Amino acid sequence: MATSIEEKPDFKWIGKSIRRVEDPRYLVGRGGYIGDIKLPGMLYTAVLRSPFAHARIGSIDTGEALEVPGVVAVFTGQDCKEKMNPCANFGPPTITQYPLAVDKVRYCGEAVVAVVAESRYAAEDGVEAVEVDFEPLDPVVDPIAAIGPGAPVLHEEHGNNLAYERIFEFGEVDDAFREADVVVEDKLHWGRSSGMPLDTCGAVARPALNGSLEVYCNSLNFNFFIWLVAAALKLPSNKFTVIPVPAGGSFGSKFFAHKVPTLAGFLALQTGRPVAYIEDRLDHITNSDHHGSDRYYDVRMGLKSDGTITALDVDVVDDYGAYLQFGVGTHGNSLSQAVGPYRLKNLRYRLRAALTNKCQQGAYRGFGSEVQNWVLERMVDKAARQLGMGPEEIRRHNFIQPDEFPYKIPTGNIYDSGNYPAVLQRAIEMLDLDKWRTEQERARKEGRHIGIGVVTTQERSVFSSTEFWFWFDKPAFPLTSSPESVTLTIDPTGEFQVQMHSQAMWGNSPETVAAMLVAEEFGVDPYKVNVSYADSAHSLPGTGPGGSRFTVMIAGAVRGASKRLRAKLFKIAAHELEASEDDLEIVEGVVRVKGVPDKSRSLAELASTAYFFALNLPEGVESGLEESCTYDHPYTTLPSDDRKDLGVFYPFMGHACHIAVIEIDAETGTHKFLDYVAVHDAGTVVNPKTLAGHVTGGAAQGIGSAMYEELVYDEDGQFKCSTFMDYLIPTAMEVPEFKLGHVETPSPYTEFGIKGGGEGGRMVAPAAISAAIDDALSDYGVRITQLPIKPSEILRQIETGTQS
Amino acid sequence: MRVRLRVNGAERQVDVEPRVTLLDALREVIGLTGTKKGCDRGECGACTVHVNGRRIDACMTLAVMHEGDEITTIEGLDHPVQRAFLEHDAFQCGFCTPGQLMSAAACLAEGHTGSDAEIREWMSGNTCRCAAYPHIVAAVREVAGRA
Repeated sequence: MATSIEEKPDFKWIGKSIRRVEDPRYLVGRGGYIGDIKLPGMLYTAVLRSPFAHARIGSIDTGEALEVPGVVAVFTGQDCKEKMNPCANFGPPTITQYPLAVDKVRYCGEAVVAVVAESRYAAEDGVEAVEVDFEPLDPVVDPIAAIGPGAPVLHEEHGNNLAYERIFEFGEVDDAFREADVVVEDKLHWGRSSGMPLDTCGAVARPALNGSLEVYCNSLNFNFFIWLVAAALKLPSNKFTVIPVPAGGSFGSKFFAHKVPTLAGFLALQTGRPVAYIEDRLDHITNSDHHGSDRYYDVRMGLKSDGTITALDVDVVDDYGAYLQFGVGTHGNSLSQAVGPYRLKNLRYRLRAALTNKCQQGAYRGFGSEVQNWVLERMVDKAARQLGMGPEEIRRHNFIQPDEFPYKIPTGNIYDSGNYPAVLQRAIEMLDLDKWRTEQERARKEGRHIGIGVVTTQERSVFSSTEFWFWFDKPAFPLTSSPESVTLTIDPTGEFQVQMHSQAMWGNSPETVAAMLVAEEFGVDPYKVNVSYADSAHSLPGTGPGGSRFTVMIAGAVRGASKRLRAKLFKIAAHELEASEDDLEIVEGVVRVKGVPDKSRSLAELASTAYFFALNLPEGVESGLEESCTYDHPYTTLPSDDRKDLGVFYPFMGHACHIAVIEIDAETGTHKFLDYVAVHDAGTVVNPKTLAGHVTGGAAQGIGSAMYEELVYDEDGQFKCSTFMDYLIPTAMEVPEFKLGHVETPSPYTEFGIKGGGEGGRMVAPAAISAAIDDALSDYGVRITQLPIKPSEILRQIETGTQS
Repeated sequence: MRVRLRVNGAERQVDVEPRVTLLDALREVIGLTGTKKGCDRGECGACTVHVNGRRIDACMTLAVMHEGDEITTIEGLDHPVQRAFLEHDAFQCGFCTPGQLMSAAACLAEGHTGSDAEIREWMSGNTCRCAAYPHIVAAVREVAGRA
């Protein structure tokens, strides 16, 4: 499946489709997720959630709840306010949050009271018995209204509902529009969906014997931000240890999900006992850390009459809900690839972040860049239609060419490498586009509506931390690190241990990646490498998975640690073999003198010497075989002071072309996939089998966001989809077979040339589907401008189109 | 209430309130945590187990309704479809996998494997958020002998 278009080094393991080393335990029910942890004396938590979108919290009567058999304690927001600091916050300091609402509730489902009991059943009984007096306030649900005059204010201390506003301008935007032959405009809305993993967020906190607090937790990024959670709990960071637990899916939703571990930690500190807080589905869907982007766009694109795109003007209002998880970081992702794969020089980006009476939003696979992809592709398609160009024609015309890399885009970010025409060509060939166009014509004569959507988008990978703060002229903490670490050990019998310093298994294949890389470095069997995960008390610097960074970063760290370990092995072997270190090589787990294969030492022999025969070691060499490496982001630069150049912050630029062939039933507005091709360039592919899983899974989630999934609030702010009967995750019936292909343009900046690919198809599918539906119903002038695309909307547009 | 279940071939007596679901009895009382809770409303299939050979959502039934029933969970499953899942990369995070496997084994026993479309329909009660569906279908297809 993976096909190289360039000369590739001769890897032994990298590039091989091997089955995952993690897998066996999951096939027998031994995944060991957060809900599977039972500690002696553990208490369980249930949470009373706000039934109102916006209300003042009056008196809370917990007396009856405390009488419920099994209930141990009941806590309110007031308890939190008195005994802890506000939660970790990356937004304006005037917007504070506690794990239980203080004084006011700001959305339906917000946690108000926590009941801790001997069982979850008793805790739920306790919640039933709590009486809260709510004094309802006017809610504000529409983000445009929220930042307009006279709207109810969510955070009085902040003064209004505008959490952030700024206009970034790159190039000469007004001049470009003045000189454009064609200007296309549109209003677009990307609706709110979320990662919605089957395994919710959870934490088990235990006051440990040494006076520290231990928290088992499936939140990611725990050791990068851990001190923030400790600070919220008023603990010194060295008295707060997070023990990583496998996440049953995240897709962004567990990306530093702080509310759950903070609440569990607080409850454990207050009761002095181990406390579990595992979100149930209702907790998660209404009150998680991460709903996805919810953006309203006014966009203009300027072009020359030959189809050359010259300018893009984006005015976006993002509906952040009631609190800010990551500030406006999801727009940094948009800016990292704002011009897509196109040679577009002039860009204006106005961002307003609105506060509304909804759950907060944060990360979902793509972290906001997938939205920019959809918007840009929608505009390219609209321009193509207006200019009478084919979708592939306008894209080819505007592509950054393979000989232009590294390429600096107007925002200042660098695209490291790519071959966009090759990706498009591969997709066209795999689909047999001409065949489908012929079939489309034929079907149209029969009154059937087949559409073909061709889109080409970027797939940025490996963020730098500068994107956390370049929003502000005077950032409070302008950090520049986003490292990842690995500790590599050869044990006394010659077996390999890899310790990672981020999160436990979260659905990627961290163990397979690490084991394959170790196998590549030392010529050993990847299935014999053991992988473990450090807790935060023992961890080296790490940033955790997210932004498709893990494989690139862990490859760098494994490579670094391997070099150090190999150097030590060679020192010991050279001493034993009376050879020069320079003459040694390592082949299939044996260190030998080049050209003299029988002058060798196995890893087991060298390990034995290293651990047990100190007198045989060369001078200055310590016992043991363990080396660590902390690998920093390989290409980060600072933004300019005037923010006309945001610096390099997301440079390893993947790319993809999806072509969706969809038939629409014009009577019902329903759809059927007839074909679907997805070609990705994620640089050097480490394991085609697992990458295929990510492309497929991402594309399926893209289908969900494009056609099924929507977190709906009505005009009163009531939450309308609190179950999977309302929030529609694609099942086996909705996800088609994908034809997958790869083009590999290795990154010049990363070890092995790897680029990230974990967010996969979600970066692309919504644009391809929208384009295919437009194309299927072009006779009616249908144009998709909002997601999710509902059959009712398709029918409405068909009706409008028929009448005109 | 005391209820006798036969779980994975062994007799287990559990003392539960009448309102305790079979899922919670298995996970919380008996300690077999392989069966997963994804929605607790019968909408995701993560808790699929076999009761007297039939696949059901363990969250939608009470433990006390199963006096004397033969219950098989993922911990008691020994079926070729497990190996097929491994070979076809039929999961990523693994959370839905116990339910998928229980459902797949039953789907095969029921013979609902005549075509990919049939497999998809009869596996559609088991949500996989990682969307390994094409790979799950491939695994079931292989064991059904249609590969």
